[in-house]
Amino acid sequence: MSAVLFFIAAISAVIGAVGVVTLRNPLYAVLALVCHLVALAALFLLLRAEFVAAAQVVVYAGAVMVLYVFVVAYVGGGDEIAAGSSLRILGPLFAVALAVELFIAMLGSALQGIKGDGAKFHLGFGTPAHIGRLFLTTYLFPFEVASLLLLVAAVGAIVLARRRRGLEDDDRDFQQVRAAARPAYTGTLAEAVGVRRVLEQLEQAHGGVTELMGGVPQDREMTPTIVGTSDTKKSGSDESGEEQS
Amino acid sequence: MAIGWYLAVSVLIFCIGAGGVLVRRNPLVILLCLELMLNAGNLALVAFARMHGGEAGQIFALIVMVVAACEVTVGLGLLVAISRRNLPIDVDELHELNG
Amino acid sequence: MSPTTWGWLVLLFPLLGTVIIGLGFRNYPRAAGVIGTAAIGLAFVCSVGALLSLLGRDPNNREVVSSLWNYDFSAGVDAKLQILIDPISIFMMLVVSGVSTLIHLYSTAYMRSDRGYARYFAYLNYFVLSMLILVMAGNFVILIVGWAGVGAASYLLISFWYRRTTATGAGIKAFVINVLGDVGLVLGTFFIFRHTHTMTFLGTFKAAPHVFSSDTPDLVAGCLLFLVGAFAKSAQVPLHTWLPDAMEGPTPVSSLIHAATMVTAGVYLIVRLHPLFQLAPTAEDTGVIIGCVTLLIAGSIALVVTDLKRVIAYSTMSQIGYMIMGASAGAYSAALYHLMTHAFFKALLFMAAGSIIGAMAGNQSLDRMHGFRKAMPFTFACFVIGGLALSGVPPFSGWLSKDDVIAYVNNRGGLFEVVGVLGYVGAGLTGLYTFRMIFRAFFGEPSPEAVELEHGHLAHADVPRNPMTGEEEDTETGFPGPEHAIAEREPAMKIAMTLLAILAVIGGVLQVPGIDHVLTNFLSTAFTNTPAASPADEPSTRAAWIGLVIGAVIGLGGITIAYGIYVRRPGTSSKLQAAFPWLHNFLVHKWYFDELFDVAIVRPTLAIGRFTQAVLERIVISGGVTGGISGIVRSGSAAVRRGQTGFLRFYAAAMILGLSIVVLYFLISST
Repeated sequence: MSAVLFFIAAISAVIGAVGVVTLRNPLYAVLALVCHLVALAALFLLLRAEFVAAAQVVVYAGAVMVLYVFVVAYVGGGDEIAAGSSLRILGPLFAVALAVELFIAMLGSALQGIKGDGAKFHLGFGTPAHIGRLFLTTYLFPFEVASLLLLVAAVGAIVLARRRRGLEDDDRDFQQVRAAARPAYTGTLAEAVGVRRVLEQLEQAHGGVTELMGGVPQDREMTPTIVGTSDTKKSGSDESGEEQS
Repeated sequence: MAIGWYLAVSVLIFCIGAGGVLVRRNPLVILLCLELMLNAGNLALVAFARMHGGEAGQIFALIVMVVAACEVTVGLGLLVAISRRNLPIDVDELHELNG
Repeated sequence: MSPTTWGWLVLLFPLLGTVIIGLGFRNYPRAAGVIGTAAIGLAFVCSVGALLSLLGRDPNNREVVSSLWNYDFSAGVDAKLQILIDPISIFMMLVVSGVSTLIHLYSTAYMRSDRGYARYFAYLNYFVLSMLILVMAGNFVILIVGWAGVGAASYLLISFWYRRTTATGAGIKAFVINVLGDVGLVLGTFFIFRHTHTMTFLGTFKAAPHVFSSDTPDLVAGCLLFLVGAFAKSAQVPLHTWLPDAMEGPTPVSSLIHAATMVTAGVYLIVRLHPLFQLAPTAEDTGVIIGCVTLLIAGSIALVVTDLKRVIAYSTMSQIGYMIMGASAGAYSAALYHLMTHAFFKALLFMAAGSIIGAMAGNQSLDRMHGFRKAMPFTFACFVIGGLALSGVPPFSGWLSKDDVIAYVNNRGGLFEVVGVLGYVGAGLTGLYTFRMIFRAFFGEPSPEAVELEHGHLAHADVPRNPMTGEEEDTETGFPGPEHAIAEREPAMKIAMTLLAILAVIGGVLQVPGIDHVLTNFLSTAFTNTPAASPADEPSTRAAWIGLVIGAVIGLGGITIAYGIYVRRPGTSSKLQAAFPWLHNFLVHKWYFDELFDVAIVRPTLAIGRFTQAVLERIVISGGVTGGISGIVRSGSAAVRRGQTGFLRFYAAAMILGLSIVVLYFLISST
């Protein structure tokens, strides 16, 4: 009976995996992964890892995949599969090579090391009680580190997704503050040097084009200039330059 | 079922995931394939836990899940930042860190 | 106080002088002259003290050694900071410090307007210090230190007017040839040390007869190498070409270094190492022959040279030939006697030459100076005294000393008789060229500068010029100063020259054959303690006096011929030149030694240098070796850099590939 269940779960896991790799639309790929995750949870159950299976469904398929769905909806993008690159052929080739090697390893010597059906079954193996006790005794340190890691990841994600576009509406106050008269020997070094003057000179020199990182966008439709792709943005930054000072 | 079968499934999924990483161009999908590989590792871990009779493998698998979650978070944050700057969402186009 | 304490004091004062002047020259430029002269004067006083202290000792106990420091005792090399006070070194100390004091005094007036006044005295003090180290050295190591020091000081002083290219070229030439001599000296030391295993002089001399038998190859090689050093320093053929060019230095420098002291270092070396030379007759014979050859060659060139200082330089070369000849033949006290008297009259001649060059506003050519007799009586008198002493006219000191040397050589018999005869020929040449110089400069129609001087006005050049090439110069640092000094007007110069003139006249009284033997007696203790054969036997008083008479006749004969050519019948010299043009040309080109060295040594060396630079340096080393290595690194890193494509999937593929290879390895190794 468990063999049947195993094969069903295994095959759906593999189909899900293949689907992730081959489906063009990223949303469909996410859904394929969800299917794969659920199949994997079934496999975990067959291996007597109840808590892990539950965590898999709730956390992985539940939370992480939902996050993925959000981001896919926001970012979007479809693609052709490896068009015009040698990796189109080499990629699968490497993967197949790796698979072959690992299978040889497994089927060769490894199988002698794998005791057929597993160890004697203890009651409560894989239950949350057991896992919890282990987390709080033997594996306390990894547990704490894992929580630290989560904190770091959260902070990192916020930092990454922060706005970096330069002065915006609420920054206009800052601009005014900067423009106000100051007593002598106060203020930033840039002001002392006269950055604003430099901006004006640059404008005049380049006929109104400034190549400052980020530019100083005003309340328009314009997208900010970025170093490296400024040639496509020059028309926009013209306006940026003129409307400055 | 003999544990060997589970390991075979794990190998298969790992290699499919590896192939996916090499083949796809959308960074989002590459991250998904990465998840596949991680999950394959999880499956192997849990299989070995069952084989030895200790729960260390399951603990390990749980921690791997935590790590996977964190990695997804940061990766997706990067993606969002990239798309915010209107850069193409294609790993073949994002190759400025070269030399 | 013991002699060695006096000896250390003798070294201390010039050292202090050098350091104070050298470091403080910005603070008190004018005081440099006083300090310098006082330092050497004190050194002379202390030398006298050392002499008295040594004389107070028992004659058998007159070799005193003192060490301040032991540098190294590894590998059996006993290098100590050691001085040896014995009659030879006392003698040299007295001569060196005495004549140096007078020359310092002279220089305070002569160099007064030179912008490098303090630098000059610092260098001069440094030179005297090095020379004193050389003559007081108690072992080979300190000797080599002093030897190198005087070479360096000579270079510094020859190129004192460093903005003159002729001066700097001459300095380099002198230094290079001197370094060749240094190499000979050091190698010779090694040859001797290999067998005697000691660096000290007394130890070497004691060990020499036991370790070497007569004419052992190593000993002969060592002594020949010492001779190379001596010849380079004393300007003997073939290492003599630097001395005439060294006249580019200021005149007091020429008088001190290239007449009285440094060039006599070679003679001192042979006398000091006489036990070794006595065991190597081959080396001795070489020295005698070279000395003889040099005195003739130099004498012949001096007959045609037109630069005043260069005539005196060739005469120095010739006289040192006498000294080397005498010292190699075993006439040690005679050679040192001639060294002393030569120091007196040659320094005097150079000083007087400086005076007349000052009157000529820096011009040194004999062609342009004549008739100064009435304008510069004092300088004329000094020239005459020095010239008579040089030519060997009784009763001047040069007569007694030069003929002492020739008498010794003749007394040894055999081949040395020929050498002795050639010595007399050289004496005749000496009288001839010396008085050629004097008659040309002081007799005949007064030149314009002389006429000016008779009216009380010292001539001044409108544009200062290089006396050799006629290039224009200025009078700032690095060139001579704007004013010129003549003896008649400078008391300091007059005092120095008077003292030297007196010494040149009466200096011979120290060793009149048959009457007194002050020098021989004093020096003999240094020679009897050596276990080898005693120095050449002294000639009998009769033979000595015969030699003296012959020498006097020949000297006077040379003077008379010069008088005939230059004063009585003034056109004779040009007629002679026209009659023997090839001989005249040969002599004017200094026997083509410079050209020979240029072709045989200088050009090949330059060619090798150019080849090395173009091929070895540029192609092989820069291109092949360093270029190759850096090229390999660069191309290696370029190849590695191509792996950094920036494509994510490329990196992932590399990782997967690497992983498969690792797994493959483990697969294979586990079977």
